[in-house]
Amino acid sequence: MATGESIIRHDAVAKVTGRAEYTQDLYKSRMLVAKYLRSTIAHGRVTDIDVSAARSLPGVAAVFTFKDVPRQPFATAGHPMSLDSSHRDVADRRLLTGDIRFMGDEIAVVVAEDELIAGNALKQIRVTCTPFPVLIHPVDILDPNARQIHEGSANRVGEHGWRFGADIESAMDHADHVVEDSFETAMVQHCHLENHVVFAYMDDLDRIVIVTSTQIPHIVRRIVGEALDFPLSRIKVIKPYIGGGFGNKQDVIFEPMAAFLTLHLNGRPVAIHMTREEEMIGTRVRHPFHIRVKTGVMKDGTLAARDVDAIAVTGAYASHGHSVAAAGGGKIGCLYPHTPTRYHAQTLYANLPAAGAMRAYGSPQIMYALECATEDAARAITMDSVEFRLKNIVRQGDIDPLSQKTIHTCGLAECLIRGRDMIGWQSKKKKYAAYKTGPVRRGLGVACFSYASGTYPVCVEIASVRLSLNQDGTVHIMAGATEIGQGSDTVIAQMAAHTLGISHEHVRVIQAQDTDVTPFDTGAYASRQAYVSSNAVFRASVRLKEHILNHAARMTGMHSDLLDIEADHIVASDTRTPVLDLKTLALDTCYHKTRGGQLTAEISHKTTTSAPVFGCTFADIEVDIPLCKITLRQIVNVHDSGIILNPVQARGQVHGGVAMGIGATLSEEFLIDSGTGRVFNGNLLDYKFPTFMDTPPVDADFIETREPSSGYGNKALGEPPVISPPPAIRNALLDATGVPVNRLPITPEVLFKAFTTHGLIRPGRTGHV
Amino acid sequence: MSGLQLKEIELYVNGTPCKRVVDVRKTLLELLREDLGLTGTKYGCGAGECGACSVLVDDVLVDACIYLAVWAHGKKIRTIEGEAKKGRLSPVQQAYVTEGAIQCGFCTPGFVMATTAFVQQHAGQTVTDDTIRKAHAGNLCRCTGYQHILRAVKKSMQFPDE
Repeated sequence: MATGESIIRHDAVAKVTGRAEYTQDLYKSRMLVAKYLRSTIAHGRVTDIDVSAARSLPGVAAVFTFKDVPRQPFATAGHPMSLDSSHRDVADRRLLTGDIRFMGDEIAVVVAEDELIAGNALKQIRVTCTPFPVLIHPVDILDPNARQIHEGSANRVGEHGWRFGADIESAMDHADHVVEDSFETAMVQHCHLENHVVFAYMDDLDRIVIVTSTQIPHIVRRIVGEALDFPLSRIKVIKPYIGGGFGNKQDVIFEPMAAFLTLHLNGRPVAIHMTREEEMIGTRVRHPFHIRVKTGVMKDGTLAARDVDAIAVTGAYASHGHSVAAAGGGKIGCLYPHTPTRYHAQTLYANLPAAGAMRAYGSPQIMYALECATEDAARAITMDSVEFRLKNIVRQGDIDPLSQKTIHTCGLAECLIRGRDMIGWQSKKKKYAAYKTGPVRRGLGVACFSYASGTYPVCVEIASVRLSLNQDGTVHIMAGATEIGQGSDTVIAQMAAHTLGISHEHVRVIQAQDTDVTPFDTGAYASRQAYVSSNAVFRASVRLKEHILNHAARMTGMHSDLLDIEADHIVASDTRTPVLDLKTLALDTCYHKTRGGQLTAEISHKTTTSAPVFGCTFADIEVDIPLCKITLRQIVNVHDSGIILNPVQARGQVHGGVAMGIGATLSEEFLIDSGTGRVFNGNLLDYKFPTFMDTPPVDADFIETREPSSGYGNKALGEPPVISPPPAIRNALLDATGVPVNRLPITPEVLFKAFTTHGLIRPGRTGHV
Repeated sequence: MSGLQLKEIELYVNGTPCKRVVDVRKTLLELLREDLGLTGTKYGCGAGECGACSVLVDDVLVDACIYLAVWAHGKKIRTIEGEAKKGRLSPVQQAYVTEGAIQCGFCTPGFVMATTAFVQQHAGQTVTDDTIRKAHAGNLCRCTGYQHILRAVKKSMQFPDE
């Protein structure tokens, strides 16, 4: 039983010794560095650019401007390609631009011997611009007279809507109560510790090698080919160890430029390293959303109807565009399938950093608004928050009203009941009744979510693995699944070991990926890797096992049906006694002069399901009203992610996701000057993501269901833990103080304003600053 | 080019004496990574915000990205590369592995050095969780939520460094 065990990550020792090599640790001799000239205004057009002084500086190899790059725009989103051309990503990006769309847009690039020279050269470039009014707020962006940030776009990237269930207008009319409110989420950033870094060189006259910190090596290969009109098979993408991505590296941002530069510099290696400050504004961020939710509720606790209207702001470029708002709304049906619901969303351009994929892809925004609104509905009829959800949520066997697929596994009710017990809901509810007045108050909150395992049927779900029996009887796996820190390599080894009957120490997934040899997979996103890989790994492992047993039969003269593999030995299937050890067999496959051959098994499998996953957060908080401070006393996350393959690693995912959710709730946001579009806090000192001091203990638990569409019963886990902490904490704040705060993050400043508005603080009389 | 000044420095890196002529503008991080090939110490922000470049200088934890190479003259530097000896992990490294405190691993070398310094300073003492949190607050991790790291530090305290 290798699955279900908390085995140590296979890459743990390489990482803890500093021997794991990330892209920034690799070096090519004669490597040049490239640095971008970024715009200092957020909206405008370059009317003149003079790079002659920069070009003539000693040590400068080349300077390119927007005039020197291919005119054909390309799409950067790291999606599988849609064979339907009407569903392709928006191609609105060039390598460099003279049309400035956010503060930090890339106008020119200097390539030099080192960063100091490149930096000096950047200062020598003279740019003249015509500025335009900066468009940041939806009302300005949608003004019919507003300038189109991308010509012909009307400043809209996409818009769609759907509805399910009974007539919503009539259900609202007949509801006992209707609650309606607007919610806002902030622009936040991934803040993986490893910045984007890439280098490219040519190892032949017509072949480009790109070494890059990416979640999607095979997609990088395709998009670089599209951007440069260069044959895909002559581009090789290498993915070393990756220092986190969280979606930011599911976008092809700098690889096309690195490839372009080496092509134009006679194949010489060129590196692009982001500084942290560039990383914050010049890669991707999470879409800020403006969401209006109207909820009809009956006195008996039935959610009668729901109407959700969302505006997502994608910033300067489409990147993942409207997909994020579509995906976020798409999970509502799986959570409350019995409530008639209407959803409408649009995605707007703005003169802001470009938003793209970020952990849970639209769900943190939509589920936040939905679960705040659910809480408000429960309170409108004075029903217990947990009981209200238990009455309305999805149950196993329900049909997802949007996909019309049956939900085969759902442990959400059990998650809620487990979480309620873990936090001590009933006893604390009674105890905290005494904490509803005075300066320090306490409250409890809950929120749930649903999410998906992968992107099917919107996108293809393909996973490929190649297993080989080594000469010493161990197994190596080449997997298309991309390890970025989430642990996919380790659980893939566990899966194969489980089916093969080989100890997991003897199964190793090759860490570094190389698109010339790594089997095809679309990469790490959508919490898909363990789920979709399970089906490929299971099939390939069954096949390799057959090959091994057939060879054992040849060696022993026994029938293969009477043989099995257990603890690295071929055993008799009835008595379980060893008949041959795997190493002897492996040597025979390679070196016997006439029989057999190297044993391999390769499977590429398309998964045509996407198992919904579920979970909830319970929050116990203390609110110091004069200090405008929230202290998290306890936070509990319970997940139904199917069978848990590696409990310690799974808990680690939950702890990290909850910490990211806590940051989004209490402290993380880009502070943007609405007049200029400048981001004031684009660094890790002023952008407040939780430190060790800010992160309370998180109680993580699982309700294990066995998902039939998965090779090992597992479902998605990576992204979901980030989704429900924000609404749970907001609902706890409401419980503690009676004050609904409907925007993220809930900073002390926001609390001060809210408490002042609601009369909990009287400025001038309390003496507080 | 203007601004270029060179200086010879002598320092000990993981117990080995080493002499280099360095550009005075160079940081200790650049010296370690570029001149000495010790890439286990990571660059995360270049401004002393994230702690990915943490090393010990005369047993004091510093961010190598904001510590000039010339300041290291005559000093003893400990980096992640010197922690595992003879094929064995240090007790701190072993605790990080055993407790599942590693995900993407990019912050891990810096964290291990921070814990190594902490264990040395607090050997034999009883420490609270909050003391541990505060002493590691200069090291950012975006993957783990710090919980398994906390367990790893506690485990490290049970087996103090030799």
